[in-house]
Amino acid sequence: MAKFARKGKGAMPAISTASLPDIVFMLLFFFMVSTTMREVDLKISVKVPEASEIKKLEKKSLVSYIYVGVPIKSLQGKYGTEPRLQLNDELSQISDIITYISAEREKMNEDDIPFMTTSIKADMEVKMGIITDIKQQLRKASALKINYSTRKKL
Amino acid sequence: MARPIQEINAGSMADIAFLLLIFFLVTTTMDVDSGITRKLPPIQEKPDKQDDKIKERNVYVVSINLHNQVAVEGDLMPVNQICDGVKEFIKNPHNNQNLSERKDPTEIPFFGTVDQLSKGVVSLQNDKGTSYSKYIEVQNELVKAFNELRDELSMNTFGIPYKELDEDRQKAVKKYYPMTISEAEPRNVGGGK
Repeated sequence: MAKFARKGKGAMPAISTASLPDIVFMLLFFFMVSTTMREVDLKISVKVPEASEIKKLEKKSLVSYIYVGVPIKSLQGKYGTEPRLQLNDELSQISDIITYISAEREKMNEDDIPFMTTSIKADMEVKMGIITDIKQQLRKASALKINYSTRKKL
Repeated sequence: MARPIQEINAGSMADIAFLLLIFFLVTTTMDVDSGITRKLPPIQEKPDKQDDKIKERNVYVVSINLHNQVAVEGDLMPVNQICDGVKEFIKNPHNNQNLSERKDPTEIPFFGTVDQLSKGVVSLQNDKGTSYSKYIEVQNELVKAFNELRDELSMNTFGIPYKELDEDRQKAVKKYYPMTISEAEPRNVGGGK
């Protein structure tokens, strides 16, 4: 009996947490390598369509984004439920695209300007009317390389 | 005699690392940007002149209407048949009078002089009310057709798929089957105002 009592009384040794920082650092590095910085806060909800024949966009610095979709729930009171487009952090009008493109151009290296790509991230549910308008504006701004953002179809 | 140096307490290291980890989790996203790349036509000063340059038999008109129905040259067609339709139109193996014409023989590296090149252009038209997802679905089929043509050619000539070719050979194959998909000037196809 005495044996048992003694064993039970001995305090549980604390689990060593010495390797915890290593584990967390490992996770940290994994996330640092595999993710990219979030560029903008989306004020609209965008769920891009699926496609199988897709190409990766190579150089992030050459890409400017145009988001199209319905405003998110919390902003619907302010902006309504019609599809809108977002440039940078602002909901914008179609006519703002030309200014936006030239602003993006100015930020770029001069040699890179011919390779500039505009990525259209549009929600699956939007109609082509707004997309066509955007395309016309892009042609006017002579930003002719475009990319319809899609997800990989499995 | 100097005191033995005390070990630095590393107990809070985990906290610091967690803090950094959470910061990165919040500020970064995981998605890789990918999509269908397309080139828009430049704006023409006089739109009429270009139009009669291309003969009607060389244009493969794919249109999507307000109700997301797809028509090829005016006839309804299911989306999954477009790919084969485009391939046949571009290849035109039996020299069909209704399908695309051949270009004059051209010199292409690795292939020599080729007289099979097609003058065909695929034109994609849509209505204002067409849904974007349908539009992308059709775009995808068109790109797929050209990718399959290139793959077939590459398999027949070099024995390996197009993606594994080196840059020069890819260029040659691209020249053999250029991706001639044109997004027409906006006009409403059926149903729209």
